[in-house]
Amino acid sequence: MRRLIYIIPLIVLLAVVGASIVQMKSGKPANELPSVLINTPIPDFTLAPIKGRDDGFSTADLKGQVTLVNLFGSWCFACLTEHPFLMRIKEQNLIPIFGLDWREKDPDAGPAWLAKWGNPYTRIGDDPKSKGAIALGVTGAPESFIIDKKGIIRYKQIGPITPEVWDETLWPIIQKLRQEQ
Amino acid sequence: MKKLFLAFAVLFVALSFHGQAGAVEPDEILSDPALEQRAREVSKQLRCVVCQNQSIDDSNADLARDMRLLVRDRMLAGDSNQNVLDYMVNRYGDYVLLEPPLKASTAILWYGPFILIVLGFLAVVFYYRKQSQGTLNPDGKALSELSSEEREKLKSVLSDNNNDLGNNQ
Repeated sequence: MRRLIYIIPLIVLLAVVGASIVQMKSGKPANELPSVLINTPIPDFTLAPIKGRDDGFSTADLKGQVTLVNLFGSWCFACLTEHPFLMRIKEQNLIPIFGLDWREKDPDAGPAWLAKWGNPYTRIGDDPKSKGAIALGVTGAPESFIIDKKGIIRYKQIGPITPEVWDETLWPIIQKLRQEQ
Repeated sequence: MKKLFLAFAVLFVALSFHGQAGAVEPDEILSDPALEQRAREVSKQLRCVVCQNQSIDDSNADLARDMRLLVRDRMLAGDSNQNVLDYMVNRYGDYVLLEPPLKASTAILWYGPFILIVLGFLAVVFYYRKQSQGTLNPDGKALSELSSEEREKLKSVLSDNNNDLGNNQ
């Protein structure tokens, strides 16, 4: 009984180390904030188009089909890493992507970035004052949301969409949501 | 010496007031002082979600600035302090509040330390009680107590000693 007390710190240490290893192996960042917006309707907001376009973004545009809402910025390096994959989604016509061009200090920067790397977006809203970003509870770019036919947020992807994330998580969810009425 | 201390105290108070200016830029400040005061109060309760341990009132992050402006916009539109806080909580969760509300999911944050204190106190009490009792003899009595055999032995040793002393005299 007395000996047991002496090995308790060792057991606690092993438990903490074990939990840390499981967390690291899962590949999920530990500081990720859970979104309270999952399974709630996307908050209403309307954004003006970026320079050189006349579309803009309104949450009303999303209803009636499963859509991907993607938040990007020309200043955001991680957005460039997911960009080629977004182009592939567009070329293969997998799902319409609605873009929020977030916090451009220069109104020409977003259009120039899209002209250089290509435009994967169906519609783009300009979000220089984080109006859309705060409405969606965004903390950093890139972030993407899967919105179902009724305009309800069903999934939030924090960080770049990689082929693995797409194949294992996003695409199965999109296909399932398309079955829903 | 007393004067020097006083000078330091004044300096300290002045500096701590200076710290309260926060990160609010002149162009953000509302023209209505009462509304601005409320905006400052609410901003101090909201966490800057990109810096994690600062209020948006205190943070120079771009997103914190946009959140401050949003707080002011909503107040101009007629929102109460609680309306604004609710708006943020609905988007970022309880995390956005620097002081988390007391509810089932956060109970451990509020009561955890007290539970640990009680457990620590019980552990100390338990430890000392056990120590004062000591471990048991084969005949079931505590080590600090003598067994009947030992008591006999002690008695005879003591009486022998007394006899010896008596003989020597």
